[in-house]
Order: sequence, then C-alpha cells, then structure tokens
Amino acid sequence: MRVTVIGAGVAGLTCALELAERGASVEVLERSSGLAAAGCSWFSGGMLAPWCELESSTPLVTQLGAESIPWWAARFPGTVTRGTLVVAHGRDVAELKQFARRTGEFQELDREQLGALEPELGGRFSRALYFPREGHLDPRAALRALVQRLEELGVSVRFGVDASAAMLAGRAVIDCTGLAARTALPDLRGVKGEMLLLGLPELALRRPVRVLHPRLPVYVVPRGDGVYMVGASMIESDEGTRISARSMLELLSAAYALHPAFGEAQVLEIGTGVRAAFPDNLPRIRRVGEALYVNGLYRHGFLLAPALARRAAQTLLDGQHFAEVTDEDSRQRRLA
Amino acid sequence: MLQLYGVGVGSRLLLGTARYSSPAVLTEAVRASRTEIVTVSLRRESGGERSGQAFWALIRELNVRVLPNTAGCHSVKEAVTTAHMAREVFGTPWIKLEVIGEDDTLQPDVFGLTEAARILCAEGFEVFPYTTEDLVVAERLLAAGCRVLMPWGAPIGSGRGLNNLFGLRTLRAHFAGVALIIDAGLGVPSHAAQALETGCDAVLVNTAVAQAGNPVLMAAAFAQAVEAGRTAYEAGAIEARDFASPSTPVVGTAFLR
Repeated sequence: MRVTVIGAGVAGLTCALELAERGASVEVLERSSGLAAAGCSWFSGGMLAPWCELESSTPLVTQLGAESIPWWAARFPGTVTRGTLVVAHGRDVAELKQFARRTGEFQELDREQLGALEPELGGRFSRALYFPREGHLDPRAALRALVQRLEELGVSVRFGVDASAAMLAGRAVIDCTGLAARTALPDLRGVKGEMLLLGLPELALRRPVRVLHPRLPVYVVPRGDGVYMVGASMIESDEGTRISARSMLELLSAAYALHPAFGEAQVLEIGTGVRAAFPDNLPRIRRVGEALYVNGLYRHGFLLAPALARRAAQTLLDGQHFAEVTDEDSRQRRLA
Repeated sequence: MLQLYGVGVGSRLLLGTARYSSPAVLTEAVRASRTEIVTVSLRRESGGERSGQAFWALIRELNVRVLPNTAGCHSVKEAVTTAHMAREVFGTPWIKLEVIGEDDTLQPDVFGLTEAARILCAEGFEVFPYTTEDLVVAERLLAAGCRVLMPWGAPIGSGRGLNNLFGLRTLRAHFAGVALIIDAGLGVPSHAAQALETGCDAVLVNTAVAQAGNPVLMAAAFAQAVEAGRTAYEAGAIEARDFASPSTPVVGTAFLR
C-alpha cells in the first residue's frame, strides 16, 4: 500500500515509521523548510511521564503514554529511563499531597533519599515523589533519528512541499498537521506554550524535575551536555510568535527556585509553539472523507505519538478500529 | 431574585473558568453548577487580536453571562487597561475588579482598588470589586459607585472557607441593600452554605471546583449547598444556645418508675 503522511512533526514521523515498519510504501510531505519549523514538536519538553500526567488528564493518556516508553527505547537510543521527580517548596507542600493523591506508580522520598537519587537536589527539598518507570528524551535528537530511520527504510521525507488531503484525493493519506488541519477539524484549538533552553554545565541533574506551584507549575528537563529545557506555559491562544516577559520571568524564577545555580545559566534559546487540542484535550484519530487525521496531541506529543501511530497504521492497513481514540461520528467523546 | 446592576440572576453560584483540565470539563462543570455567570480572566489568555478566539468561542457557547475579571493586575493602570480590553472583547460593562497588593496571599490592594473603582464607575463600568471584609474600604467602594461588593472568604485558592465570619456579618448588617458575593477562599460546599446562611447573596468559586478530583460532581455539590444555604437563610435559623433545649417539654412527661 502507498501512503502519504502530511506533516513532519512527531505525530507524522511516528505514523510514517509505523507504516513503513509494516511494509507500506510511505512518503512524508512537510510544508516547512525543515524539522525546526515543522510545528510545535521542536519546542517540546520530551518528557515521557504517563503517570505524572494523571494529575490533570484522564487514564487514557496514561494508558497510551505507557506504550510509548518501550517504543522510544527500541527506536531511539537517546531515550533515558531514569524516572522523573516531582518536588514542591515548603509552603506549597499541599500541592505535593494533592499530586500524590491524583497520580500513581511513585515512591515517596524524604530529604536523604532525594539526595541519594539526585545529589544536586540534596538538602533542597524535604519531600519528593519519584516516578521510577517514567523517562525522557531530547525531542530534537529524536525527530532527527526518526527521519534517519525512515530514510534507511526507503521513506522520503520532503520538506517545503505544501500538501493537503484534499489535493491528494484518491491516495491513502494520514494528515498530522496539527493546528493547520483546523479547516477539516473545526473543533481544534491552539494552546500556546513558551519554553527556554539554558546552558549550565556545572549542574548535573539526571532526570526531569517538576516543581509544583499553585499558579506556576514548571518542569526542568536535562538534555545532556549541561543543557536544560525549562517549560512550559499554557495559554489559550493560537498566536505562536510572541513571547511575553511575564512567562520568561515565571520560567526563570521557577528554575532559579529549583536550584540557585540557574541564576548563572546561559540563555541559549527562547522558543514558542502552539499545541493543537480538542475540547477534552484528548487525542483523536478521525476519518474525514478518505483521509485519516491524527491530531489533538495537546501537550503530550512525544508521550502519545507512538500509541496513536500504531493505531493509525493498523486502522489504515488492516481496517482495525480503536474505539478509545477514534471518533468518526461524535464530535466530542463523552468524558470518562 | 438576586439583582446585580439591574440584572435578575436565578443562581447564587458564580463559577470561575480557570485551572480546569480541559475546556470540555469546564463546560460540563458549568452545566452541573447551574450557574448563570462565569468569570473569565482576560489577562492570561489574551495576547493578540486573533489569539484566544477558540477559547472565547467555547465560553460563548456556554450561554451564560460573562463577568470578565482583571486577575493578576497589580496596579490601578493595569486594572483599568484590562477592564477596557474586557469591555471590548465581551461587550459588557461588567468588570470584576482585582488589584492585587501582595503576591503570597493575593490580598487585594484596597487603596488601588478604590482608586480603580472610582475611575471605572465614572466611565460607566459596573464594577464588582474583589475586596477584604474591611467595613471602611467597603464604604469607600460604595462611595466610588460600586453597587456590588465581593469580599474574600480567605486568600484565593486557599480553600480555607470564611476566615472572618464576624467581619462578614458586620458587612451584611451595615449594607443591607448591597449585593454581597463571597469571592475567593472557599474549599468545600459547606463553606458556601455557611456564606449563604449568613445572609451573603452569592458565592464565587473557582479552584475548589476546577481542582477537585471530579470537577463536575463538585460543581453539582456547590450548587446544592448554595441552594440549601439560601433556603436556610430565608427560613430563619434558631439562635445557638449554651444548654440543651428539649424539643419535648419535660413538665408533664409520665413518671415511668
């Protein structure tokens, strides 16, 4: 079967790989000139934290997300599975209790245990939650690795080609274009995120750390070589170019409060992207006409893409149906 | 029926729209709460002319009255500017005026608040000021032209309930004709019931619903509590006593031994 995948973000590339691994003849078309401009995946945190996400998501995100960790580990050697940490400053300790009540699969650490696990945070927090089964990756390296693997399988990834499902009528198409698919998926909306890359070689955090706060929850993800990603704001907006001083203040303050060494960090990059989300913030595989749309990954791109790609490929190639992510009739799946 | 700037309102529960896990959950919570007024923060969701349109569309689909707020504003100028933007976006003269004075407690800056209220009332806004339970501040706000007061129960998001019941009773007694809406600090439905029993006209809840394990159920629980509290207020409660007061008279009971 010949399949065209539109969009070279994490959703498109994982779909293409799932199809190619199943023997389909695949091409990927991407409107922008390169990976860095192909949507919000480039600015992602790259956390693979399905159990942490239970705090504000439904169990579906956890179920789909849990599939993704072995998927990434098998295909991208840079996948790190050292777990993730959740901390709160003394006066926000109620947030930590609430987080613990809503999530699962964690161990509670005291000050000494935290220091033993993550020496840089030793003595800085009296309590922490450790999610040992979670992981993280560098999204940019992961996207490049996906492209390389696709090329090894004979899949061409063509940049600078503006295509739409309508233009490719008569061909098998999976559209993974995020917010750009809004004409076909009118219930999509944009949720803007802003992020920072900081360089701080003298700090050696080994795993992602979430800092809970009633208003400004922030996470810090180590990218290796002393580079840290700090993210991310959540603003109901589809305007993806402006970065506000307030957001930067909040992200930097949170990083500084996590560890004062961040005060000396070099600001390497400030980035922003717009996540595509459906009203319930859950992902969908939706058939519109002949094309299959994989969209609404919201802030869970790297976490959910493999599970959706697997289902999209099986839907297209084998005619399977996955009720948990497919909605062809009802616009809005009822809440669990 | 409760009157807010000449508008009759059936439900005495107002709901904030921030911090829900998704717009779909927000929509269901609004329905379950049976509220007729939701507050919307302009500041965080805005950014450009076109941005945020999808979120506004979702809010409009709720078919409830929108009370825009100036959440996060720290100065008179910021609050006034945000109020102007809100009037343009939502086409309403209503504004829930917040001027924050202190970041840890999000306590209102009552001096900036009265100043901003004076400016906005003079410009024709119908101002809902987020204030403390301070009687003198309340007087100044009414003198500035406010006809609704929104005293806090406790700091925003703290879930502690009515910290100063005495102060709220005093407000109620002094300003019998002014609509009092408890804004901020409620954690559980019994807090809301207590506010209504005390004679407050309505309550505004956000975090207690949005961050509950099941926001939709919690919204329904608050709706029931508000109704119970108001009905109790209208029924007239008994006075608390120091000793037991038997509901069956002792005199005349039969000697059994």
